[in-house]
This record gives sequence, structure tokens and C-alpha cells, in this order.
Amino acid sequence: MTSVQGAAGKTAVLVLGCPQVPVQTGIALYLMSQLRKKGISSTIAGNRAARLLIEVSDPERHYISEVMDLDRYIADLADRKRQFDYHFVFIHNDAGVSYAATVQALTQKTVIALIYGEHFQDVAGEIEFPCEKVMAKAVHNPMPLKNKLDEVLPWVVSNL
Amino acid sequence: MGCIESLSYEVVLQGASFKECREYIRANCREYRIVEPGFKIFEKPIIGIPPISIGLDGDTITFPFTKPCYGTFLLRVDDSEEAERIRREGKPG
Repeated sequence: MTSVQGAAGKTAVLVLGCPQVPVQTGIALYLMSQLRKKGISSTIAGNRAARLLIEVSDPERHYISEVMDLDRYIADLADRKRQFDYHFVFIHNDAGVSYAATVQALTQKTVIALIYGEHFQDVAGEIEFPCEKVMAKAVHNPMPLKNKLDEVLPWVVSNL
Repeated sequence: MGCIESLSYEVVLQGASFKECREYIRANCREYRIVEPGFKIFEKPIIGIPPISIGLDGDTITFPFTKPCYGTFLLRVDDSEEAERIRREGKPG
């Protein structure tokens, strides 16, 4: 495992949205693998369907460590019970923007917003709070979003 | 007070954006309070884009409720104690 200086030992949470857009699960697993290479452990927060898609896709748990319910994640942030170094929020609709705004307000950290889907530009336009946007028109093909992620991830883990 | 799904509620708006819910509250409720994301309503942290408005008409509370797959619902619930707490703890709009 190679570690980025300053990033090793840090923690990330991947906040999943509704899994109706196919790229979400693949990108989440890819992101967890990339973070793991940098020495960052990842937690998944999502609703039941989003969590099960991840768990079924990684049955040996090569990339997954902790998996938690989305409502519990928000409640734990609100109650100051949990802290993470990085918050990656998957967004493809208005609800995703609301969750990202909530995470930003509760943590006062720069949220990394992964924005995708057919209407990614309209969705990105709704975001008025400070965050790092990683966005691409990705619905079935994950490559546009993966390529964007590859561009910014080294900067994100070194600077946020 | 238990989870919101177990309450007796009326759905005022469904499939609306968060902004539309905020505008509805400000235009249609007798008074409203502004709260931060994570403010608890019926023991559940509220999800939303600041400023979050909660409408009050006497004991009736109108508030946004967001689910990842279904978007934001605007719900209306009657509860005098919760209405009074929101009136007391929220910022006047």
C-alpha cells in the first residue's frame, strides 16, 4: 500500500445517493480502492439498496470496511459522535444536493461533491455552498467520472 | 416521539425541489422559523439546503423531509409541543 504524505491514517466517508444511476456503485468501489492505496480507510453511508449493491459487489470485502445507514450517519454528525477527514457525497438529484449541504453545514468541512447523471449541470447549478465539485455526464459509462476523479483525487487528499 | 414515518402526516408537496418547498412555506404559512441543517424535528435531524424554513400555523408544523430516492416531501403534522419548541428554538423568519 502506498501512502500519500499526510493522508495515511485518515478516514473518508462515501455518502451514497439513490442507486438508480448505474455508475454510482462502480465509482464508489473504484474510489474506495484508490483511497485505500493512499492509506485512507473508507466508510460507506447509504440507504439499504445502495449499501447492498456495494456489499454484493465486494463479497470478500477487499475495499469495504464499515457500512452504515445514511440516517445514522447524519444523526451521528449532528450529535458530534463521528468525524471523518473527507466526505465524498454522490449527487445526481435535488436530494443529493440537500444531503451535501447538510453534511457541509454539520461538519464545516469542504465536501467533495461527485456530480453525475443525465442532468449533472443543472444539479451542479443548485449548489451554492462551498464544496469541491467533481462532475461529468456519466449514467451507464463510469469512465468520464472516473477520469475526473483521477485528475482531482491527488489534490483533494493532499489539500482538504 | 418516534420516527417521522410513524406520524400522522399530510403530504403538501411531493417531487418538489428543496427551493420550491421553502418558497411554499414562506408564501403559505402564517409564520415560519429558520433552522440549520441537523436541527431535530420529531427527533430526526432535518436534511436541507440553508436557510431551512419551517412553517407554523398554530400547532401545525409544515416542514421538508428528504429521502435519497424520493426527493423532498413537504409534510404537515399537528403537534403542539413540537410546534412550541420550534417556535422557541428557531430563528424568526
